Amino acid sequence: MYTPSGRIDPVTAVDVVGLTKTYRGKSAGKSMTGPSTTKAVDGLDLRIELGEVFALLGPNGAGKSTTIEILEGYRNRDSGEVKVLGVDPQKGDAAWRSRIGIVLQSTKDLSELTVVESLATFAALYPRPRLIDEVLDLVGLSDHADQRGSQLSGGLRRRLDVGLGILGRPELLFLDEPTTGFDPEARRHFWSMIEGLRAEGTTILLTTHYLDEAEALADRVGVINHGALIALDTPSRLGGRGKALATVSYRDSAGRLVEIESDTPTQVVRELASANLGELAELKITRPSLEDTYLEMIGREDERDDECNE
Amino acid sequence: MSATSSPTVVSYVAICAARIRAELKSFFRQRESVVFTMLFPLILLVLFGSIFGSQDEIVPGTPFVNYFVAGMLGASLMTSSFQNLAITIAMERDAGLLKRLRGTPMPKSAYFVGKIGVVMVVSLCSVTLMLACGVLFFDLELPVDAKHWAVFAMIYVLGVTACTMCGIAFSSVPKNGQSAPAMVSPIAIVLQFISGVFFVYSDVPRWLQNIGAIFPLKWMCQGLRYAFLPDEAKAREVTGDWELDRVALVLGIWIVVGLVWCLRSFRWRNRADG
Repeated sequence: MYTPSGRIDPVTAVDVVGLTKTYRGKSAGKSMTGPSTTKAVDGLDLRIELGEVFALLGPNGAGKSTTIEILEGYRNRDSGEVKVLGVDPQKGDAAWRSRIGIVLQSTKDLSELTVVESLATFAALYPRPRLIDEVLDLVGLSDHADQRGSQLSGGLRRRLDVGLGILGRPELLFLDEPTTGFDPEARRHFWSMIEGLRAEGTTILLTTHYLDEAEALADRVGVINHGALIALDTPSRLGGRGKALATVSYRDSAGRLVEIESDTPTQVVRELASANLGELAELKITRPSLEDTYLEMIGREDERDDECNE
Repeated sequence: MSATSSPTVVSYVAICAARIRAELKSFFRQRESVVFTMLFPLILLVLFGSIFGSQDEIVPGTPFVNYFVAGMLGASLMTSSFQNLAITIAMERDAGLLKRLRGTPMPKSAYFVGKIGVVMVVSLCSVTLMLACGVLFFDLELPVDAKHWAVFAMIYVLGVTACTMCGIAFSSVPKNGQSAPAMVSPIAIVLQFISGVFFVYSDVPRWLQNIGAIFPLKWMCQGLRYAFLPDEAKAREVTGDWELDRVALVLGIWIVVGLVWCLRSFRWRNRADG
């Protein structure tokens, strides 16, 4: 992998051990029990390898954004070890910043600069930026190159955000809910762009609320809840998905739905086929989707919390 | 691609140049800001100049328009620095531009260099337009000699610097970008009334004079009157003197106060973002 000017390759892209971050008495500072504190991140461990596409999932308020902003160098941590491309983000200098790319959560672009001019202005900040035309093409803004930032629709603005993030040829790209406001076609286009970046060796840390997106893009998925990682695996194995029973379902001649759970669905289908039932209506083999698994996981966590609190 | 030949950071000068270019383009494309910052003071000059200009004399032989031009120059220096920055930075912070820039390899100071660049260009344009307008339409007399021009230049530099610092610092005061103009503009207008822009300063009630004297605009206007009025007009000053040393001192103090205020209060994120 390419690294600028003789830097020693860091072993991992992101290395986090025991990260904590507490917000003190901000919104509810006048509570009777003294200054309120919110534990946003509570002992988080996370390791992301170079070249990996990693999706961080979790409900709103779970600590995703705080974690990412600590990794990006926007926020200081309370305790724990954090290394991003081998550097402590709190001490990250310009050289380190030119190796990472950041796409923040929604921004309002009021810019009177055109798309091309915005890209050119930011390109001037990086030592070896991509060509503007290449970025326009990658994010699908070639037809809107001369439109002003303030006149872009939400989805197009989001593409510009992504374009600004990948402009500096980052070794590590942070994407915080990158496809919010994208239509399905734009989302597919975005996915293929991510595949392209992956092929170049870019490490990508992605947060998203779209589980299909995580499934399509990520090598590994981490689920964060209440400030800690509660699951970490490949999308197909997360939460025991790989071992979960498959469901074979069809409608019988009376129109009733028949569901058979099995760990050998092929065998079930073979038996059905040889049972002379004719063509089975609505025959399907399904396994729990990533979304099912995720929702169940978050739900289970919250139930356990409720029990603890009682 | 060779790994050793490419630098790990871009030169500071190149980054600043890119920022200044972007700032200038943004400014001149925003019609409201151009009108408000550059044309509005000019319109006021034409209005007031036409209403009072020819009849009244500030001292025998010198039309009131000279007093007024000095004041309007001070006001327009403040508009192109204080108001301009306090409003645009508040809006850029709110829109997330500042946060985004903090995430790039750009050195923090380059952002301010860009802002200072736009203030310099805009204030120079404003002053030139105003002087040209005054000379062409209202028989404005320009500073009489090198010393008066030098004082004009000194007030320009000190005044714009102080107002730039205060503008950058004040941008953190409004809750969000939308409320910025509503907070910044009234302050500027009130100061203009009590600092010798619209009215002769010595005619303003004492207590209002005292309030005006706390802020830079009053001192900028006083120094500019030295540059644009004959020496005998100092009789119309409150102390009967131009007090140039005090003008420089107060503006100098404001530069320091503004700088400290900036360093303590400047935020790259909006409030909602913590």
